[in-house]
Amino acid sequence: MISRSLHTLLLLGGLLGASLTAPVAHAGKTLDTIKQRGTLQCGVSTGVAGFSLADSQGRWAGFDVDFCRAIAAAVLGDPNKVHFVPLNSQQRFAAIQSGEVDILARNTTWTLNRDGALGLSFTGVTYYDGQGFLVPKKLKVTSAKQLRNAEVCVQSGTTNEKNLAEYFRGIGVKVRPVVFEGFEASFKAFFSGRCQAYTTDISGLAGVRNKEAPNPDDYTILPEVISKEPLGPAVRRGDDEWFAIVRWVPFALIEAEELGITAANVDKIRAENKDPAFTRLLGSGEDTGKNLGLDKDWAYRAIKSVGNYGEIFARNVGPESVLKLPRGLNNLWNKGGILFAPPVR
Amino acid sequence: MKAPRPSTLAWLALFALLAWPVFDWAVLQAVWPADLEACRAARGSGACWGVIAEKHRILLFGRYPYDAQWRPVLATVLIVAVLVAGGLRRIRHGWQVGLALALLVAAVVLMRGGAGLARVPTNQWGGLPLTLIVSLGGTLLAFPLALLLALARRSQQPFLRGLATVYIELVRGVPLISLLFMAAFLFPLLLPTHLRIDILPRVVLTIAGFAAAYLAEVIRGGLQAVPAGQFAAAQAIGLTWRQSMQFIVLPQALRVSLPALVNSFIGIFKDSSLISIVSLHELTGAMSIALGGDADWRSFYLEAYLFIALIYWIFCFGLSRCARGLEARLRH
Amino acid sequence: MVRSARQRLLAFLAQLALAALIACALAWLGQNVLDNMRERGIRAGFDFLVEPAGFDIGEGPLAFEASQPLWRAFLAGTLNTLRVGLPAMLLASALGLLIGLGRLAQHPVPRRICDALVETLRNIPLLLQLLMCYFALASLLPDASHALAPAPGVLLSQSGLFLPAWRCEDSCGWSWPRVDGFGIDGGWALTPEYMAVLIALSLYTAVFIAEIVRGGIQSVSRGQIDAARSIGLRPAQVLRHVVLPLALRAIVPPLGNQYLNLIKNSSLAVAVGYPDLVSVANTSLNQTGRAFECIVIVMAVYLSLSLLTALLVNTFNARVALRGSP
Ligand SMILES: N[C@@H](CCC(=O)N[C@@H](CS)C(=O)NCC(=O)O)C(=O)O
Repeated sequence: MISRSLHTLLLLGGLLGASLTAPVAHAGKTLDTIKQRGTLQCGVSTGVAGFSLADSQGRWAGFDVDFCRAIAAAVLGDPNKVHFVPLNSQQRFAAIQSGEVDILARNTTWTLNRDGALGLSFTGVTYYDGQGFLVPKKLKVTSAKQLRNAEVCVQSGTTNEKNLAEYFRGIGVKVRPVVFEGFEASFKAFFSGRCQAYTTDISGLAGVRNKEAPNPDDYTILPEVISKEPLGPAVRRGDDEWFAIVRWVPFALIEAEELGITAANVDKIRAENKDPAFTRLLGSGEDTGKNLGLDKDWAYRAIKSVGNYGEIFARNVGPESVLKLPRGLNNLWNKGGILFAPPVR
Repeated sequence: MKAPRPSTLAWLALFALLAWPVFDWAVLQAVWPADLEACRAARGSGACWGVIAEKHRILLFGRYPYDAQWRPVLATVLIVAVLVAGGLRRIRHGWQVGLALALLVAAVVLMRGGAGLARVPTNQWGGLPLTLIVSLGGTLLAFPLALLLALARRSQQPFLRGLATVYIELVRGVPLISLLFMAAFLFPLLLPTHLRIDILPRVVLTIAGFAAAYLAEVIRGGLQAVPAGQFAAAQAIGLTWRQSMQFIVLPQALRVSLPALVNSFIGIFKDSSLISIVSLHELTGAMSIALGGDADWRSFYLEAYLFIALIYWIFCFGLSRCARGLEARLRH
Repeated sequence: MVRSARQRLLAFLAQLALAALIACALAWLGQNVLDNMRERGIRAGFDFLVEPAGFDIGEGPLAFEASQPLWRAFLAGTLNTLRVGLPAMLLASALGLLIGLGRLAQHPVPRRICDALVETLRNIPLLLQLLMCYFALASLLPDASHALAPAPGVLLSQSGLFLPAWRCEDSCGWSWPRVDGFGIDGGWALTPEYMAVLIALSLYTAVFIAEIVRGGIQSVSRGQIDAARSIGLRPAQVLRHVVLPLALRAIVPPLGNQYLNLIKNSSLAVAVGYPDLVSVANTSLNQTGRAFECIVIVMAVYLSLSLLTALLVNTFNARVALRGSP
């Protein structure tokens, strides 16, 4: 009797459960959702100078921020229709998995494990970086190899945490990681003297040194670059159409730099230049947008609102900005760097 | 008048020895205006209360849009008014309870926007109003569940009782942080993709589920304090189980457990600080955004901590006084 | 209570319906999890525990390094939780007793001081106290190369408190801490993260224990004390042989609750970067993407610790209760 009723119960539960299960979301959903919502939800870091930083009025600026604005301009026609969601290293993957953000533009390193196991897909690289060390000058250290018994502040849930362990084991130097959940806690501890060194991507180090240090000149970045950190946007797995958009907007901005199109001259060039390479990109000729589910002016709007890749770089992280980073690898392929956009056609 | 005993003098001397440097630091040598140079000069000898003058907006309201900050101010005033009215036992009649709830809803609408006000997404809420909304919202939502759990745990139906017991013990056996991480990382996987819930409601629901387990035990204690004869008598005059509970047993049980309920609320109020760990910038979290990104003022963390601690203290101390008052009244 | 067959049947059906409802809800949630994971290509299962962790754990009784499997990281985290939890229990009990007695002191000044301490500490969130404590340690102590030496063989700096330790590696002997390279090597290290958690946790719990102690002692009837005095016991003896044993009976059960709270509260360590269980689980969660599994492990461990504590307290309680009763 009991087992019979148990059986019925299970059957009933299973049936009801199955009938309640919602249909699985389909590819193409993200773009529709964004258009319906009218804003792009963009996950950024909680405040890394040069990449994403909110001022006291809550206005965001930075390298990662600009890519989100470019995408919003391409998709929604307005670079300001972005809602920025600050995420620390721990929360970022959950936020993209859960659909809380449509795109993760947050100095995140593209690795096989993340591409494979975390339910997200990287769309490309917007900044080629590597991991380094920041130390106080007064320690008179000139190489990471001298950091014997030092304590190194690092943020948890990052590639940096893993590289740190691997690097020092490799060279047989003992250091002790002091791991923090939050970015702010980690550099606060470093500047208060809790750690002798701070480690993260070199771009991040430049931000920490030049923006957060009480006196930037007291700190220096060591010459060692211990890893490859290709940073780029990621989207949730399973929506190819949205993936393509997020992949191609940065390409269009790189292409624009190669063609010499800037935010300032884009209107003039669009009106005057009849070269197909230009008309295709700027929507005055062949319609490239339809392949992405966008209109033909998508790239024009992106360039118009944030400028080409070079302008974004210069404004936020380049030699003239607070971060003072050289173009280095992040220059065009024909100018000594490795940025190479596939043909926009 | 008696001359003070020598031991009194020794104690007072000790006290003065401890208290004087604190007083000197906090009052005599302190810098009050938001003057960075003066604060730097006073470093180590005097407190820099200027950091609060400089940062009070972010400390109190987090990243809420600057121009719209009259809304969190008003929301806070509404919520505090309700709390004070409740603490002074001015909320007795049905319509007053309704009014209190309406005011709380109004506070949330003010924060959120709609009804003519611009929408402010929940991840820009912060500071004191967020602390209040999370702890009060969590408790109010927890209450009905706690009532059901308490009744179920005393029920004669084995399945019901087992269920309530398992839930209560399970929740009370794990730290709130692990539940909050669940809300942050796991909750989204539990729902279909098209059903997306913001992190704030997820966290409030989690706190409610957490608080319910503790409140349920408090209410169960109250139920146990009601003599069995009361229930029997109610049944004897022909009331149904529901009627006996609703009109006879529960009112008495709740009255007895009121002080303990207020104490539980204090606990939840303090626990709400944990949501800063999942990046909701209530009071504790607002402090890190206020000072974290500002290299100039960052060194005056201690003063900001003390300011935030004082706010918590005022609320908790006030509420615990109110609990004590209730207790004293019960004894008569 | 007598209930008719009809009532019993109704009750049974109601329970059945409830069970069905809950089963359905669980099935629905489970199905969602599976769908979501499949759609996003997330793998499930506990197999990740045997893979190498890839991250180091800075401190703890169990040496751990990046190439070791994740289960060992979880074990190291659990041991770290106990490493701070157990000493905190002792410290909190001792301090709690002291403050509790202080609040009952005849003399107003120590009584007021203890009152003020209790009213301050218990009305401020533990997290805030912990952050304050950590910040104070970090900003007050000198850096490692200028470490203070409060006693021979003891070094105190921002890297922590270093004590001499008895070590057996190749041969046994004392290991003395000394400044070496950019830090301090050797000896037994207590990091500032550890000390902050220990201090904040002990103080916070102590004020609650103080209240329990005070209540317990006040529950001892005056007659007992007068009787003890009249047979010529000194006040200290009265306390030691009469008041405390009697008070213990009222104290132990709520004390057990405080121990449970303390163990659970130790999870706040994650906020200052002490590598306890929650912190390790969090890092693993992020590196592997196995959110569900990691959270389940954390809950299971805490639940076991809670049950264990409850068991010990109950056993102890049975003993005091028996000894005290006639
Ligand atoms: N690229 C590395 C590290 C990225 C990272 O999280 N860096 C830190 C330090 S610059 C950061 O951005 N923190 C900001 C935050 O947590 O909001 C990764 O993807 O794991």
